[in-house]
Amino acid sequence: MSSQTTTGKTRPVEQVDSVTIRFVGDSGDGMQLTGTEFTKASALAGNDLATFPDFPAEIRAPAGSLAGVSGYQVHFGGKTVHTPGDMPDVLVAMNPAALKTNLHDLRAGGMLIVNTGAFIDSNLEKAGYKSNPLDDDALKKNYKVVQVDMNKLTEIALSGMGLSSKEVARSKNYFALGMLYWLYNRPIEPQIESIRAKFAKKPQFAEPNIKVFQAGHAFGETSELFLSQYRVPAAKLKPGTYRNITGNGATALGIAAVAKLSGRQCFLGSYPITPATEILQDASYYKEMNVVTYQAEDEIAGIGSAIGASFGGAIAWTTTSGPGLALKSEMSGLAVIMELPLVIVNVQRGGPSTGMPTKTEQADLLFTLFGRHGEAPLPVIAARSPGDCFYAAIEAARVAVKWMTPVVLLTDGYLGFGSEPFRVPEDGELAPIQVKYQTKPNYEGDKYMPYLRDEKLIRPWAVPGTAGLEHRVGGLEKDSLSGMVSYDGMNHEKMVKTRAQKVANVIEDVPDAVVDGAQSGDMLLVSWGGTYGSVKGAAERLVEQGKKVGHVHLRWINPLPKNLGAVLKNFKKVMVPEVNDGQLAFYLRAKFPGVDPLQFNRINGKALKISELTAKVLELLG
Amino acid sequence: MSTTTAGNGKAAALPTYTKKDFESGVDPRWCPGCGDFSIINQVQKLLPSVGVARENIVFISGIGCSSRFPYYMNNFGMHTLHGRAPSFASGLKLSRPELQVWVITGDGDALAIGGNHFIHTMRRNMDLKVIMFNNRIYGLTKGQVSPTSVLGQKTKTTPYGSADYPFNPPALAIGAGATFVARSVDLEGAHMGAVLKQAADHRGSTYVEVYQNCPVFNDGAYTFMTEKAVKADAQLRMEDGKPLLFGKDNKKGIRFNAQSAELEVVTVGENGVTEKDILVHNPRREDPTIAFMLANLSTRAGFPTPIGVFRNVEQPTCDDLNWQQINATKQKKGDVPLRKFLLGNDTWEVK
Repeated sequence: MSSQTTTGKTRPVEQVDSVTIRFVGDSGDGMQLTGTEFTKASALAGNDLATFPDFPAEIRAPAGSLAGVSGYQVHFGGKTVHTPGDMPDVLVAMNPAALKTNLHDLRAGGMLIVNTGAFIDSNLEKAGYKSNPLDDDALKKNYKVVQVDMNKLTEIALSGMGLSSKEVARSKNYFALGMLYWLYNRPIEPQIESIRAKFAKKPQFAEPNIKVFQAGHAFGETSELFLSQYRVPAAKLKPGTYRNITGNGATALGIAAVAKLSGRQCFLGSYPITPATEILQDASYYKEMNVVTYQAEDEIAGIGSAIGASFGGAIAWTTTSGPGLALKSEMSGLAVIMELPLVIVNVQRGGPSTGMPTKTEQADLLFTLFGRHGEAPLPVIAARSPGDCFYAAIEAARVAVKWMTPVVLLTDGYLGFGSEPFRVPEDGELAPIQVKYQTKPNYEGDKYMPYLRDEKLIRPWAVPGTAGLEHRVGGLEKDSLSGMVSYDGMNHEKMVKTRAQKVANVIEDVPDAVVDGAQSGDMLLVSWGGTYGSVKGAAERLVEQGKKVGHVHLRWINPLPKNLGAVLKNFKKVMVPEVNDGQLAFYLRAKFPGVDPLQFNRINGKALKISELTAKVLELLG
Repeated sequence: MSTTTAGNGKAAALPTYTKKDFESGVDPRWCPGCGDFSIINQVQKLLPSVGVARENIVFISGIGCSSRFPYYMNNFGMHTLHGRAPSFASGLKLSRPELQVWVITGDGDALAIGGNHFIHTMRRNMDLKVIMFNNRIYGLTKGQVSPTSVLGQKTKTTPYGSADYPFNPPALAIGAGATFVARSVDLEGAHMGAVLKQAADHRGSTYVEVYQNCPVFNDGAYTFMTEKAVKADAQLRMEDGKPLLFGKDNKKGIRFNAQSAELEVVTVGENGVTEKDILVHNPRREDPTIAFMLANLSTRAGFPTPIGVFRNVEQPTCDDLNWQQINATKQKKGDVPLRKFLLGNDTWEVK
């Protein structure tokens, strides 16, 4: 949808609801920077937005190769933006390899901005083109092609500044950025300030980059290659102070917030693994917030150190991705039987085995719920958006500490790497976290029984340093009171049931499921985790088209909300869209006999497309 | 009680403890005659003198016969997973540096399934005290080959004799960077007590190997050096500052041959050898080479088995270095309000 108006300038300004731009180039072309800078400008313009970077698993694939293409997609709009966008409306391709690997995603009729300066024989060959694709008439027929020799124009802008050709080449991303600033009517001053700040320590590079940026902007205005400018109105966001945030960044901030809200140390024992590593990296800086980090020798020692710190009274965390969660399996069972608080963050990626480390997937759900030997239930929560990782982390810790149990927080690569505006909570918006250590004997006057429970079946937490409460915990089945080793079968049965009941009791902290859209009717879409945005977006479109479709999003997977069974029965059909082969659908069939959800599954390493899901639902509704 | 900040954790005035204060009252379930009894006896005798409050001492074990140890101690304790005890101990020590943390492990636990954790714990110089009960066999699973079983040893899984070479544990610990490495023997209670006292006093990665007889599955593993008849010639008692002499009349000694760069056995009074030729033991050498050579003597024919402290050097510990950073950062940045922290340095307003 767009409406045309003309300003006093020669070019008309089109108003559009939302735009998706993808910047693609070689790993060395600075596309992540261009993308984040443009994102910032969109945020300042008041747009709602979501972003997603797409980069190769290889650190530095050969320059100009298909494997070395790095991309950054931003979707910004005047209404709530749920996802980084199905298909780009604008593709900025800095070289032939980038064009080849991304053109098929560009919306038909979309705008293609290419850096013709990179379309030289050697690059065409590396990209596997037999002839220059820019000479292809079909390309011009299907897309609005804007050909700009950014290499040359950057060179001209910087002539006489005494920079090496390598330094000149590295500035061309600012030329692209300048053009887009003009195209989308962004004020240039904040960007100039931003460049100055970025090069504060190397001021000799600030002016050249500013010059290139301004040259790009001026080129957009004067070259007449662009037929119009675009304006995306500001969105109605909740008032407040905002910052841009990635899911992994938000999780790390959540850990620091938990330390502050509880007045206790947060201890993160971890091991680097894509796509979870950034959480450990970020948290390593948060020492002043009382966050202690430890990079262990392996995944197992990562969670082991966390359980050790938890025994010592810290609020303990371990962060990982699928393969790491598999390695931590025995340890999580130990945390279950010891009944020590712990948050295990699993940033899911494509599996099995090494799978697709930089691509997203939701296929660890059943493993998370059931992947421990013995009867070992634990609460499972899933974040729904990058910013929500912050709140989900706090909620996971709150439950872990209150219920003396390990909790798994599921996020995924899509959330972890993706970003969105995050409204920084005001003072007092976040409730304190109560941490209560046992300091006195709790049995027959002077004895301490570590497994003497309260009415909610929660055991006390007595930490080393507390005189008189010395006790032992371990992985052997324990006596239901003293915690000493017990091989009594009846005691074991009692303990298994008690631990399960305790986790079931967590339901008192699980809010009821809320249905958006139709409250009853033809179809209920059930989402969990990172598919929230896609499913929400699809549900809104369907409702707009008058369909009796509802949407319910599950934040807690264990326990499930009390009212979920009733909600599912209010609709003729239930559909579960997932980025796996149907794991939540399987779980719901087991939990609610008689409910047999339809499935919509994509396992292609990407988020669900709103358009695909919408089309599928329409087809099923007939 | 301060539980999450760094400190030395030593109370102003400690109660006067006796051995009994460290007994949990649970009767140990080890086989009659097991060397483990002797070790727990020495540890319980030692603790009243280490100058740390009982509630600030933690025992953490893995899986195996030795790893039942924490249940018998009246301290805070964790009985964890096979091979993983050092990881729990490392997390606890880093989180609560004021605690004195002991790791109780066995040869299979520490060196087979836990080998990776073991070497990393040694290299980090985390202030942990690891006592490894070495019986050269898997006891709890009833008699399979272990990483310290000798070449050719017949066990249930090596009925024709073990075909793989064992670890020399002190050499491994020294190679991995431990700052305190020692060996003692279950039958030598007084010796073990003295070694454990030094281990308790050391700050940094501390490793004590105890030769421990398993009377059921590997009985007599150490008679080659514990039997009265052979003991004097088979044991080399290393003592700080003293020449490395051994033998019935203490005339045999270890000499460093500068030509071959090897250790050799010589006899004082023969071939012109005097006591001045004998290597003087010094576990405080920064260079671990001589300690490593001594550790390796136990696997060489014709040499006695050294017991005592191989290495005892001071280096800043991993936990201290971490807390220096933490405290410096806290001091520099002060008490940062949550909202200020969350804002970061790139924000915009929506009205």
